[in-house]
Amino acid sequence: MKPISENDLQAYVDARLDVGRRAEVEAYLARHPDTAERIAAYRRHNEMLHALLDPTLNEPIPEGMLPRHTRTAPMLLSRPWRYAAVLGWLLLGGIGGWTLHATHAAAGRDLSVRLAQPAAIAHAVYAAEVRHPVEVGVGQEAHLVSWLSKRLGQPLHTPNLTALGYQLIGGRLLPADNGPAAQFMYQDQRGRRLTLYVRTDKKDERETAFRFAQEDGISVFYWVDHSLGYALSGEINRAALLRVANAVYQQLNP
Amino acid sequence: MQELNETIEAHIPRLRRYARALLGDHVRADDLVQDTLERACRKWRLWRRGSDLRAWLFTLMHNVFVNQVRTRKVAESWLPLHEQTEEPAARATQDDGLELRDLMSAIGRLPPEFREVVLLIGLEQLSYAEVAQVLNIPLGTVMSRLARGRERLRVLIAQANTPALRRVK
Repeated sequence: MKPISENDLQAYVDARLDVGRRAEVEAYLARHPDTAERIAAYRRHNEMLHALLDPTLNEPIPEGMLPRHTRTAPMLLSRPWRYAAVLGWLLLGGIGGWTLHATHAAAGRDLSVRLAQPAAIAHAVYAAEVRHPVEVGVGQEAHLVSWLSKRLGQPLHTPNLTALGYQLIGGRLLPADNGPAAQFMYQDQRGRRLTLYVRTDKKDERETAFRFAQEDGISVFYWVDHSLGYALSGEINRAALLRVANAVYQQLNP
Repeated sequence: MQELNETIEAHIPRLRRYARALLGDHVRADDLVQDTLERACRKWRLWRRGSDLRAWLFTLMHNVFVNQVRTRKVAESWLPLHEQTEEPAARATQDDGLELRDLMSAIGRLPPEFREVVLLIGLEQLSYAEVAQVLNIPLGTVMSRLARGRERLRVLIAQANTPALRRVK
């Protein structure tokens, strides 16, 4: 049997020994009552720490714990406030929707489920298509936009992303949980595709800041603006996707 | 879908608990958490997605704490507001309430490097390896500080309960 070390005794205090070694330590402590008393004190002090401090875990998070983002983004003050609000969240490192109230947090998750997830799934399904990536091609762009606008019940616009290297290749109609949704697909010279998913959001008509989510290599920036939910999906890096998301937002809010 | 903001939010209570134990003062503890969160916002790009967010946040808090100790923004050891000079009559009997108070007072008297290790392991239950990572010290140093920190704590508490011996000196 390996001799009992101080490390073993500490691990015993923290209940991190395997069954066999624990039995050996207990046998050792039975033979060394002074050590046993010392170890018992350490365990008792651990328990007391928890008794004293665990209630902190259930305290509501103080209002003052919101990040003071105005300090990190002073240059935004000169821009229109809505755009600044969006960028302000972005400068927090994309930690958009930093809210600490339970209802807000629930709404945040809800928005992710209603918007980011279906957008990412639709991106995964259609961006990989070689022959039928879109239903109506860019050759009929006017018809495409008018058709989807009529279905969604709101005027839609296709942002022009040529400055960032992306060309519109077309779009399609999709079913969302509350009715029709639209997907516009863009492609760059290397064949990399981005999709802009749009759906109506009458349930939640407040405007949100950019939020970011990522799963399985698909990144999504999403937001709500003027009772439409937008989600931009792609497999490019976050910073590059953010540049496109900014461009989309700016064009939809001239 | 994992959202970075929601995951950080989930760790705030534990950051507050650790800060409370580390500093003893509710107000300064929440200040430390807030400073840590702001640092997290500025340095989020340094967090590698998929790596342990909790460990990263505790590392940031450690760095902020050490910096503040160095620049004297927080005292190295703290005396809780309820600390009082010994009154042997009051301590004649040992009960839980007294021992709890002695515990926090003793925690405050530990040198910061012992205090952090004892708390990160005993209270926050990080693994020994995680503590080595958070404090940027070798595993052997973690174990050594843990053993010495706990023993120092035990002695401080025991001394608080035997004022008669102290007075004999």
